[in-house]
Amino acid sequence: MTQRTVLDAADLQRALTRIAHEIIEANKGTENLVLLGIPRRGTPLARRLARQIATIDGHPERADELVGSLDITMYRDDLRSGAYRAPEPTTIPAAGVDSKTVVLVDDVLYSGRTIRAALDALSDIGRPAKVRLAVLVDRGHRELPIRADHVGKNLPTSSSERVNVSLAETDGTDAVTISGGRE
Amino acid sequence: MSEYLIRGANILGGGAGDIAIRDGRIVDPELLTAGGGAEVIDAEGLIALPGLVDMHTHLREPGKEDAETVLTGSQSAAAGGFTCVHAMANTAPVADTAGVVEQVHRLGREAGYTEVVPIGAVTIGLEGKQLAELGAMARSAARVRVFSDDGICVWDPLLMRRALEYVKTFDGVIAQHAQEPRLTEGAQMNEGVVSAELGLPGWPAVAEESIIARDVLLAEHVGSRLHICHVSTAGSVDIVRWAKSRGVQVTAEVTPHHLMLTDELVRTFDPVYKVNPPLRTDADVQALREALADGTIDVIGTDHAPHTAEHKCSEWTAAAMGMVGMETALPIVVEAMADHDFDHGDLARVMSQTPARITGASGHGSLEIGASANIVLIDPNAPHRIVPGEHATKGRNNPFAGLEVSTRITDTFFYGHRVLADGRLTTPHPAGASWTDQ
Amino acid sequence: MKHLLDTASLSRAEAISLLDIAEEMALVSAREVKKLPVLRGRTVVNLFFEDSTRTRLSFEAAAKRLSADVLNFSAKGSSVSKGESLQDTVQTISAMGADALVVRHSGSGTPHRLAHTGWIDVPVINAGDGTHEHPTQALLDAFTLRRALGGFPASGAVKDGPRGQGLDGAKVAIVGDILHSRVARSNVHLLARLGAEVHLIAPPTLLPWGVETWPVTLHYDFDEALHQVDFAALMMLRVQHERMHESFFPNEREYSRLWGLSAARLARLPRETFIMHPGPMNRGFEISAAAADSDRTLILDQVENGVSVRMAVLYRLLTGQEDHNE
Repeated sequence: MTQRTVLDAADLQRALTRIAHEIIEANKGTENLVLLGIPRRGTPLARRLARQIATIDGHPERADELVGSLDITMYRDDLRSGAYRAPEPTTIPAAGVDSKTVVLVDDVLYSGRTIRAALDALSDIGRPAKVRLAVLVDRGHRELPIRADHVGKNLPTSSSERVNVSLAETDGTDAVTISGGRE
Repeated sequence: MSEYLIRGANILGGGAGDIAIRDGRIVDPELLTAGGGAEVIDAEGLIALPGLVDMHTHLREPGKEDAETVLTGSQSAAAGGFTCVHAMANTAPVADTAGVVEQVHRLGREAGYTEVVPIGAVTIGLEGKQLAELGAMARSAARVRVFSDDGICVWDPLLMRRALEYVKTFDGVIAQHAQEPRLTEGAQMNEGVVSAELGLPGWPAVAEESIIARDVLLAEHVGSRLHICHVSTAGSVDIVRWAKSRGVQVTAEVTPHHLMLTDELVRTFDPVYKVNPPLRTDADVQALREALADGTIDVIGTDHAPHTAEHKCSEWTAAAMGMVGMETALPIVVEAMADHDFDHGDLARVMSQTPARITGASGHGSLEIGASANIVLIDPNAPHRIVPGEHATKGRNNPFAGLEVSTRITDTFFYGHRVLADGRLTTPHPAGASWTDQ
Repeated sequence: MKHLLDTASLSRAEAISLLDIAEEMALVSAREVKKLPVLRGRTVVNLFFEDSTRTRLSFEAAAKRLSADVLNFSAKGSSVSKGESLQDTVQTISAMGADALVVRHSGSGTPHRLAHTGWIDVPVINAGDGTHEHPTQALLDAFTLRRALGGFPASGAVKDGPRGQGLDGAKVAIVGDILHSRVARSNVHLLARLGAEVHLIAPPTLLPWGVETWPVTLHYDFDEALHQVDFAALMMLRVQHERMHESFFPNEREYSRLWGLSAARLARLPRETFIMHPGPMNRGFEISAAAADSDRTLILDQVENGVSVRMAVLYRLLTGQEDHNE
């Protein structure tokens, strides 16, 4: 099976740095900002973004206050038909999400169904003022009317291809690769 | 009446020979009508045994005809190779009077597939309070010789003593259902490691053993015959062995299922495994097999107990106790005793000759010339799976469903009439109600 | 995992996973919106052949928080008391569109039987069968104990709760009528599987025959046991008054004196020993008021955690396809 690298570790870091700046710019600072990563790989991505944003803002020690994790397992639309999935922890920063700007963070945006579930999950937790979406890779093939506000890399793919995101925290290395597909 | 020449059967497993049947009796083959009037049955590869005698069945009639009738029970017996079965007294009404035992006896004769001998109740209504009219039942047309409150223990020691003494009048025997009632209140299964885990109220071995110990001492004291129904524990075997060594006139019975199955099966909570006495442990099963091989246990009794589906298709605790067993008894005993020194002669001893002797069933248990032609042919090399739905009994509560056994019952001759031919039931004995009178 | 019939066949990993899911459920129960859409459009039937308002309400709350519809069937006054068979009852209910059955029955093994007869093809959850098992009670006990022994609040939402943990090394005593207790059986299996050291304290009459084969340490003498072992927790069992008429012990006074958690015994316990009881309690009999109301009891926490644990069980059994390859 062929596998080609689309983003290496340095590319991935650059993409995150750019997204961090975009988020600060769009939010006009870091006030009322909450980043919620979607497990599994959205969670470490959100933590990295929070660290960068807090550092840019001059308060690196406040990174933890910005970030949380939003599990969407129990809001999926394929709970009955898919394989059994154990839910992952949801952690919300102490200040909550009410009247905040919540940036959902995920690794790959594909059908949009995960984000739809995340929006439902979020509305059961509170009422943010705004919800935005940041993804490392947008590979197209949307099935719902959803688009990302911040994209690390737009990656046109065929639906038979597989986009693999590896992160140091979960997989040992940072990389985005594509495998499979018709040769 | 038909004549038969059974050719080349292995007689009692002791060597091939021919058996001739004429006028309901086994005769010298020379005496068959010249000119080939006899139907010849090629029995090469089959084993001939005297027709089987079951000391312990529940034919349910009168009272529970939806579970079994004397007719369907008789057909089940014939299909299982039994030419004589004893029908327990726990019917409705209870067989505690000459009238009821005569009714059962007559129904058996009308059915015509096996000899149905009623067992009389020891006490009125099986209530354990007052002796039933044992003498009247003995002198009735049914000629009852075995008395039992089976299903319920004759618990009162004084009443048991009197019953043991009283039946000496007509050489009767008391068949005891050994179950101490207080120790088994609400009992659902064997008391042991499995019941502890499943949380089902236990039926301890000591509840059986304590009654057997008491009764062998009573039988010794009054010099009476005692028969112990469905012995199920290693401890009971020890007590019977001890009693026999002292010369007590005790005989003991074991069921095919207690020789084969253990309480581990209760883990399925399938009520087909619910029976009284309950399935015991593997150590008990081994002790029972040993005791059957060495003669401590005298006979196989099936305790054939058909139940309607609604009494078994329920939760464990609500289900009725009992298993059917006449049609699978012989094949199961063969499988259970496979690892013991137990040949076809032993099989005939425990399933025909000894039960015939204990019960006084004079027409059964012999393949000698001149004996009544009660014969069963079995094929020892006919592996097949047990399918309860194909059985003649109304009861579908057979715990051996799906088990592969090697032996098949092919033919049953009942007073000279071939009631089972190549594994299929044929017709009742044509002599109507008078076959034994010839 | 298709059914939850007992803890005897629950693996350590499955048990811990259920406790971890229950931690998530506890978080949901603390939110303003205490509902998850997980079982929307699905029907959970509470089939109670034996009265137990507490357990039924707990299951009902759990199912409703997962957005399921709940049908309650109580055998009292129903056709079951008029002789309808279990099979007919269950198939009738199944025809009404049950997606799961929560079964309580006075006979040991009934949920097991329902799960394996082929009468119905939906997950069966044992809500207590005879003197056999009560697996959700054991799970909620383990959940409560895992929280308390880990130094967390024993109930309520905890952000970084003791996920992934067992009860390894915890010395837990179950005290009282083991023989007739489905709670005890479920707890013995589950506690042992989670690594706890299980002790049983009871008069010999109230221990099942063959209990020596269980993975437990036995004590007949309560005081001696307390003297020998510093228990992390005591699980007191309910003792029914009728037992004395069946000669399991001479009378209530003697039972209470020898096996009750009296104020005096409470005073001798180490400070950190927790006290549990599955309820309903017989105050002054197996447990003194002082013990029941002391600050080390987890009794109300147990009740609260019951909902989270039952949500976890429903979630586990009603989502995902067993045969799905992934």
